[in-house]
Amino acid sequence: MNDAVIRAEGLTKRYDATLAVDGLSFAQPRGSTWGLLGGNGAGKSTSIAMLLGLLVPSAGRITVLGQDMAGDRFSALARMNFSSPYVALPAKLSVAENLRVYAHLYNVRGAEARIAELAAELQLTDILDRPAGQLSAGQKTRVALAKSLINRPELLLLDEPTASLDPDTGDWVRSWLERYRAASGCSILLASHNMAEVERLCDHVLMLKQGRLVAEGSPAELVSRFGRDSLEDVFLDIARDRRVQA
Amino acid sequence: MSGAGMGGAGRRVWGLVYRHLALYRRSWPRLLELAYWPVLQMLVWGFVTAYLAGVQQNTASVAAGILLGGVLLWEVALRSQMGFALSFLEEVWSRNLGHLFVSPLRPRELVAGLIAMSTLRMLFGVLPAVLLAWLLYGFGLFALGPVVVLFFAALMMMGWAVALGVTAMILRHGAGAEPLAWSVLFGLTPFACVFYPMSTLPLPLQWVASALPAAHVFEGMRIVLLEGRVDTGHLVAAFALDALWLVVFARVFLGQFEAARRSGALSNLGE
Repeated sequence: MNDAVIRAEGLTKRYDATLAVDGLSFAQPRGSTWGLLGGNGAGKSTSIAMLLGLLVPSAGRITVLGQDMAGDRFSALARMNFSSPYVALPAKLSVAENLRVYAHLYNVRGAEARIAELAAELQLTDILDRPAGQLSAGQKTRVALAKSLINRPELLLLDEPTASLDPDTGDWVRSWLERYRAASGCSILLASHNMAEVERLCDHVLMLKQGRLVAEGSPAELVSRFGRDSLEDVFLDIARDRRVQA
Repeated sequence: MSGAGMGGAGRRVWGLVYRHLALYRRSWPRLLELAYWPVLQMLVWGFVTAYLAGVQQNTASVAAGILLGGVLLWEVALRSQMGFALSFLEEVWSRNLGHLFVSPLRPRELVAGLIAMSTLRMLFGVLPAVLLAWLLYGFGLFALGPVVVLFFAALMMMGWAVALGVTAMILRHGAGAEPLAWSVLFGLTPFACVFYPMSTLPLPLQWVASALPAAHVFEGMRIVLLEGRVDTGHLVAAFALDALWLVVFARVFLGQFEAARRSGALSNLGE
């Protein structure tokens, strides 16, 4: 696959005796949305941290947007972005100030216009002057999404984008991501525990267990291959060692 | 200020500085805290100076100069070191590092942003104390002459070097190393010879002191006050040591940054 937005080859992370990620290899095509699935400790967040250059692999190679992440990772980082409910934005700064900080860090031209555009799209206009620490979970998620889109990324990495959201807000975020992907052609890699979310958003799923890739395919393929009714059943089969097929 | 027209690196550094300026704009207690300790120190030492001058009935102006000049210039080093380290800690406390380190901000740009914030915090903290020393005690630090700018620069550089070391320790040990941001430079005070000549120290400690840029700055300050001349040798020694310290501690910081990327500490800092 020559036009891969992410190419991971033998990606491995070892912490002393613990193997967090074990020889993960995949190549995600441009414009696609892929999901990283797995239980707690399966290696999803570790894999995303390595793809972002936040964590150095013990072995293996990562190429993102054509850049070797072991070399000049900053060229790739300027063209991608990341959102996670587990990484906060400065609580004392207003929403607009936070977005302005990241507009500078990503060298965004026409920063104020971009902030206004994102605020309109993500329904943030009324809260632009509110401190980020005073927002509801849903508002924080929308602000984090705005931050992650400030540089019009070619690749978006999302770590549990709808964690801690109520079903209505979660659905709103998923619908918004679908529209955004269709309009922008952005590639997305998301880690999630929410099977319905993955089935709805992802073209392809990587199932991890104890750091290893144990199954992959489109959600429909996986459901069919495992002879189950839903991706959640497939997830449970894998998590409980009922049946594992690569 | 929009930052438009800056180069990519300059804009990223400005982004980091803007983040901290926005924080201070919203918090007057933080602004007050910057000037609180330098002013308090200056007041205490100013009264000590006035008392000693009254008791001894002599050399009041020189005594005032040595003590107040020492206090104010040492605050330059202290505030520079704290300004750098505490600006980094603000990112740790706000759990924002995960976003910063996956942005295109290079480590050297992070350091440049922290140095810029350190300079602003130092000026905001020390200049009110300098002004008050002039108003209350008639001591004008800038009456030392243009060389005072070089004294400032040498002490700021020493503060940044120490702060790079402190930041490296925070990257390595996390929250456990946070108190170093406040304490580490105080531990060097006896060897910095702020209030007494280096010759006062026992010989082995004089060797320690001579490795500190600050000790040469304060020797130079006393020569200006007592002899009315600038000692180039001490200035050159101070800046040469600063350069050495900065190179060594920058390497320690960058080495620790990469070690934190390997160990996973970078993504867990502040948790």
